[in-house]
Amino acid sequence: MTQPVAQPLLTPDRTDGTPLLVVENLVKHFPVRGGVFNRVVGHVHAVNGVSFSINRGETIGVVGESGCGKSTLGKCVIRLQPCTSGKILYEGADITSLSHADMMPYRRKMQIIFQDPYSSLNPRLTVNALLREAIKFHHIVPTSEINDYIVHLIETVGLRPDVRSKFPHEFSGGQRQRLGIARALAVKPEFIVADEPVSALDVSIQAQVLNLLMDLKDKFGLTLLFVSHDLKVIEHFCDRVLVMYLGNLVEELRCDKLHDEALHPYTTALLGANPINDPDQRRPLVVLEGDVPSPFNPPIGCAFAGRCPKVMERCRHEMPPLESKHHGQRVACWAVD
Amino acid sequence: MNAPTNSTAAPVLSVRNLTTSFRTDMGIVTAIDGVSFDLAAGETLGIVGESGCGKTVTSKSIMRLLPEHLTIYGPDSEVLFEGSDLMKANERTMRRVRGDKIAMIFQEPMTSLNPVFRIGWQLEEALKYHTDLNRSERRERAIEMLRLVEIPNPEHRVREYPHQLSGGMRQRVMIAIALCCEPSILIADEPTTALDVTIQAQILDLMASLKKKLNTAIMLITHDLGVIAQVCDRVLVMYAGRVIEDASVHDIFYRPQHPYTQALLESIPRSGGKERGKRLPTIEGMVPSLHELPSGCRFSERCRYCEDRCVQEEPDLLRAEDGRRVRCHFPLSTDRTAAARGET
Repeated sequence: MTQPVAQPLLTPDRTDGTPLLVVENLVKHFPVRGGVFNRVVGHVHAVNGVSFSINRGETIGVVGESGCGKSTLGKCVIRLQPCTSGKILYEGADITSLSHADMMPYRRKMQIIFQDPYSSLNPRLTVNALLREAIKFHHIVPTSEINDYIVHLIETVGLRPDVRSKFPHEFSGGQRQRLGIARALAVKPEFIVADEPVSALDVSIQAQVLNLLMDLKDKFGLTLLFVSHDLKVIEHFCDRVLVMYLGNLVEELRCDKLHDEALHPYTTALLGANPINDPDQRRPLVVLEGDVPSPFNPPIGCAFAGRCPKVMERCRHEMPPLESKHHGQRVACWAVD
Repeated sequence: MNAPTNSTAAPVLSVRNLTTSFRTDMGIVTAIDGVSFDLAAGETLGIVGESGCGKTVTSKSIMRLLPEHLTIYGPDSEVLFEGSDLMKANERTMRRVRGDKIAMIFQEPMTSLNPVFRIGWQLEEALKYHTDLNRSERRERAIEMLRLVEIPNPEHRVREYPHQLSGGMRQRVMIAIALCCEPSILIADEPTTALDVTIQAQILDLMASLKKKLNTAIMLITHDLGVIAQVCDRVLVMYAGRVIEDASVHDIFYRPQHPYTQALLESIPRSGGKERGKRLPTIEGMVPSLHELPSGCRFSERCRYCEDRCVQEEPDLLRAEDGRRVRCHFPLSTDRTAAARGET
């Protein structure tokens, strides 16, 4: 495989200047039912008005702790889940409320890789059948060429072609994730949501899969939304990062500026809470008080106010807006001017 | 066997030649093979390795928590604790040791806490068996322990059930239960793996401060090298059931001698490094199956420095003059390591 060239950050759009994907004010609330008549008693506010755009060829990371809505965001963006309100524009076309049939061409263009490839691959289908299903459905190659195409795919993700007759349970975790990647690539997508693709893997295997994703991204010109809780992986792999807290986008910035220019107290806390792989640089970890509040009944003001070291009176009553800084950085915090 | 490295303090726990095998459908599988090490009082020893390398089996063998009818311990395995060999101890003795002198916390606090009993009850249970405090003293001590692990409002929390607590809180309760009898050794098996980073930071911080207060020796099992760098004094690196390297945390990170340790360190993305966006160095291939171990060095198939001798003959875990141990025919010299890391 080719050695990837260092990509310029914030890759200029290779087509006509419009971003590949624009998300405007995306909201996702899950109803919670209860009581005698099983009525809706409230909503879990999973994603609260998130807006961002992705240029073609760019890799954007979404980072946050469990329950912050990062996976829900990824699933809503490719319409695996309907969103409550907001707009999703793919190549300028509004896909938010397309019918099942009208969505089909976009389904081919947008794919997803899941954290646990074992539960996302049908255990009763062989590798061959798994891949063939999608290829036939979307008419990716003529029927006579399907077999060759499958071999080519399997080799592309670094597996041996003789695995075609095996079932998913016969593979190790890393191999299975390669299969999950092959399955996503089978339909020649442009945009892939990678939902914690390396979180379940061992360190040495994690590096193999990250390298594979990096190679494939260059080879096929993919655009990626990379969801992860691991800031080190995001920093290594992505061009820009969206930091989420309790359903809100609190900061967006370039990954190479992460250490020097992060402004939001939550971003700096995340950076400081990550142990450094160097015993000589041992420093006291940044310890935040308390837990993430419940998304069922989120606080009125800034969601982070209860744990924030820089909290002011205003934070508890008013939600800070997401304000643009230079280099496309955006931050939602009253303490930042 | 060569005695493991040690600092000046007398060891509180000495593990010698610990070999644990399991009866499985596919025959007998040896999960850990000849593991030897010492744990000094007040020391934090990290055990690191990938899934299936035997980290957890090591800790559970020490506590003898593995299912007896499926487990075979090697005949010369010894776990020396307070002058006696736990391998030969009867179940009654073991029950006195577990929880009282050696305590353990697990990765998933939800499955190790009993969901149908209140937090207070579970804390008091340990005290009931290991101390002669009366009921009200036990309740007082339980509240005191919860306060020690920084759980807000402990008087109220003792009456709650595990499901009412968050993941970080549950792990704090587990630590409180483990420490309530002031054990001399705390075995923490992936204590922060299931937690978010900000919660992980809280727990690591708590463990460090409790260690200072109570001078407990900690055996920290993790796959996260960042956690190791943050809290450990000494590190055992395991691979396919063997200890392959044993050195101070500084030596492991700066002068690894085993090619596996070196490769493992290289394959993690470094925060703030200049390698951002470049390919990561990887270890090709996979950990060998315990059913079909190579006859030579267990890492030989994946080792970039592998030579004929490595394939034919398994190296011993040899101790160098400075007390480090490494299981390699051709341990890396400082120069080679520095070159591989791109330094001059």
